[in-house]
Amino acid sequence: MFDFLDQYDLWDAFWVTIKLTIYSGIGSLIWGTVLAAMRVSPVPVMRAFGTTYINTVRNTPLTVIMVATSLGLFQTMQIELGGGDSSETGFRLAVLALIAYHACFVCESLRSGINTVPVGQAEAARALGLSFFQVLTLIVLPQAFRSVVAPLANVLIALTKNTTVAAAIGVTEAAALMSTMVENESDVILLVFAVFAFGFICLTLPVGLLLGWVSKRVAVKR
Amino acid sequence: MNLRKASMSAAAALALALTATACGGDSDSGSDGDSLTIGIKFDQPGLGLKTPDGKYEGFDVDVATYIAKEMGVKAGDITWKEAPSADRENLISNGDVDFIAATYSITPERKEKVSFAGPYLMAHQDLLVRKDDDSVGSEKALRDSKLKLCSVTGSTSAQNVKKDVAPKADLLEYGGYSECLTGLENKAVDALTTDDSILAGYAAQKAHQGKFKLAGLSLSDEPYGVGIKKGDTKLQKQINDAITKMVDDGSWKKAADKHFGPANYEYDDAPKITETS
Repeated sequence: MFDFLDQYDLWDAFWVTIKLTIYSGIGSLIWGTVLAAMRVSPVPVMRAFGTTYINTVRNTPLTVIMVATSLGLFQTMQIELGGGDSSETGFRLAVLALIAYHACFVCESLRSGINTVPVGQAEAARALGLSFFQVLTLIVLPQAFRSVVAPLANVLIALTKNTTVAAAIGVTEAAALMSTMVENESDVILLVFAVFAFGFICLTLPVGLLLGWVSKRVAVKR
Repeated sequence: MNLRKASMSAAAALALALTATACGGDSDSGSDGDSLTIGIKFDQPGLGLKTPDGKYEGFDVDVATYIAKEMGVKAGDITWKEAPSADRENLISNGDVDFIAATYSITPERKEKVSFAGPYLMAHQDLLVRKDDDSVGSEKALRDSKLKLCSVTGSTSAQNVKKDVAPKADLLEYGGYSECLTGLENKAVDALTTDDSILAGYAAQKAHQGKFKLAGLSLSDEPYGVGIKKGDTKLQKQINDAITKMVDDGSWKKAADKHFGPANYEYDDAPKITETS
């Protein structure tokens, strides 16, 4: 029943999906934290930038962002991000687009986490003479992160599945292989879908269970 | 661990069940003489295109309309249904459409699930290049070339490129052909590759006329057939007769000239009917 899979390298395709997830997961965590810091900072220009960025990017469909990076940055402006050939460039552009998009959701989760830290703590830290940066990195963010592990796991799971959009700009990940198989194996088309659905469950379910456990372990008991 | 295994298999079963229900649907089709539902592409200029004002045009549409006319159905009584590549087999086997004329190449895998009539057009994989670009030479030169090619993710043409047409080329895959055209115009890619009939449709579009040309290579044979329910030999004969008549009375050539002419596409003569059960 599954012998049609022999001629395809499923692992190769899912490995690209995993790489996309890891790189853009790390990237969006960093960029999202920076954005969150901007949104709670005392500098009005930074707050305005953070708000504008998030409201623009978050409300743009990911496919549009993805295709825009490829058609705009690569094909029109010839920015290759040091990729060399088109598949490597496509991969890097896809990571860029995924980071730009998911950082918004990381930022908003993190901001809700910041709100769980009692204001008194930040005020006390200020009273002790800590700067804004010190208050954020020493007092607020460590507690904020611990309370948003579960929402961040949601973002990571969404990110894993959203990597499939990279197929639109030719990254050879799981969804691209699925299009190939749909084209060639039209007689077992539902089986093809089931195989890929199962593949994604294998990726996301353990992540969800693990991070759910972590979130219980590290939650700040108030 | 046991729980995890159980939940894993439960999730898999659920996924299977969900995908399986999607292909339910009843089947009360068959050519009843006064109306037909025909599957075509809605996004392929020159072959099957839904225009902004809701009309349908293209070579596939003309062929389907002619077949319908031969079956005693007026053009106004045809219901057009979009048949994206991945859905074609299911649309037929569920009975959602009576037949499909949507750049549907006859292949052994597809014949496992559906039957074909025709073919009505013999397309070949070819390259679309910029008008002033002569760097693409023969098929042999292409095999060793390091050109930047563009095609649609997972399509047969893209697979051909990787396997034998130009394994050393730098292949860029997009979700649709329109994205490739942007790159071709900006010189980010050297050529767009797929069936010449599809390429001709794009080159003949008003926005692109005079910018691109076909390289004129025959890299593969793609006989476009009419997809019908598996084993429906009565319908197959009706359609084959209609196609033969369309070729004989000159309507076939007229339709081909109308849709492919502006691109200077030298289409093959009407192919011999091969699908006689």
